[in-house]
Amino acid sequence: MAIEELQEIFDDKIKQEIKIEPKDWMPDDYRKTLIRQISQHAHSEIVGMLPEANWITRAPTLKRKAILIAKVQDEAGHGLYLYAAAETLGISREGMVDQLLCGRAKYSSIFNYPTLNWADIGAIGWLVDGAAIMNQVPLCRASFGPYSRAMIRICKEESFHQRQGYEILLTLSRGSKEQKAMAQDALNRWWWPSLMMFGPNDDASPHTVQSMKWKIKRFTNDELRQKFVDVCKEQADILGITIPDPDLKWNKERNHYDFGEINWEEFRNVIKGNGPCNKERLSARVSAHENGEWVREAALAHAKKRRKEVIA
Amino acid sequence: MINNEPLWEVFIRSKQGLDHKHVGSLHAADAQMAIENARDVYTRRMEGVSIWVVESKYIHASNPDEAASLYDPANDKIYRHPTFYNLPDELKYM
Ligand SMILES: [Fe+2]
Ligand SMILES: [Fe+2]
Repeated sequence: MAIEELQEIFDDKIKQEIKIEPKDWMPDDYRKTLIRQISQHAHSEIVGMLPEANWITRAPTLKRKAILIAKVQDEAGHGLYLYAAAETLGISREGMVDQLLCGRAKYSSIFNYPTLNWADIGAIGWLVDGAAIMNQVPLCRASFGPYSRAMIRICKEESFHQRQGYEILLTLSRGSKEQKAMAQDALNRWWWPSLMMFGPNDDASPHTVQSMKWKIKRFTNDELRQKFVDVCKEQADILGITIPDPDLKWNKERNHYDFGEINWEEFRNVIKGNGPCNKERLSARVSAHENGEWVREAALAHAKKRRKEVIA
Repeated sequence: MINNEPLWEVFIRSKQGLDHKHVGSLHAADAQMAIENARDVYTRRMEGVSIWVVESKYIHASNPDEAASLYDPANDKIYRHPTFYNLPDELKYM
């Protein structure tokens, strides 16, 4: 078939909301965009385990510890669903892992911030998983089948994450004066980086228009960020803590909250690798990978030996 | 980097009486580890009572470009569907 004809079939499927599957013809740029987006997303899930894992050994109760382990294990699962979805587009697992470990691949800037105390685990569940859900729910309808299916699976698991975080803060905010102050302090530090998770403003986001045409994205960065701010305000009020933004106020005309300007300088800086924990995160991944090398080798050697025994 | 763990497709029976359904894929050195990994990756919330894994290289698939001709024989046989038949309204049960 001529390329024009293939393109036409592809465009028609997108228009009719028919999913694109791995063996279907697709434009090169669509494939590249998906590989970039899905692999970055997978890396974020994997690196995202690190800030929370930092508190597993010091969770305040056994119950909290078991919950946090389950949550972090889910994130590992999310990374694996997404790596597998990206592999259907022709990139290898080793290729993606290499890109992450050599520092070439991006992952969400939020995970380059430190978790200083237990309240941060609450703030991450509430805000970071909350922002992730806001981003991910529309991705359940992404035009590429394997991505959409992975996102459906992920979204089912995410709401537990957000609730567990919110409940940590709820407990703190109903506790002693010091505990309430911890909850406020965590919100102060995580609020702005959470807003940055939605990416640059629409006029500075070069890929958005094309991604929306391809129905990979359904909403722009600014639209999603606005929804997030709108729902968080009420949630913060219930906790009795204050969002650290003097410009946050209800705008009756827009029917949305207005909010202050994000520090884009800081955002770009963290993306470039100069956030508080970029080096620590990457070196943790590199050493995990290197220290796991002998396990992978042993597993393969064992499998090979078993195959020989079966043949003999 | 040495990682030639093969790719496996995972199929899960969500409950007794239902078919195994494809849920995704994963890498593992052998079938036993693939099943154990599948348990951890795909059944953390009791999504399954039985797991099948098969190395992806053994899956043979039809070619989507030939879908039109492949399914053509089924296309014009609408008389295979019960709705094709016009029956009198008086007929209450059939
Ligand atoms: Fe996740
Ligand atoms: Fe999560």
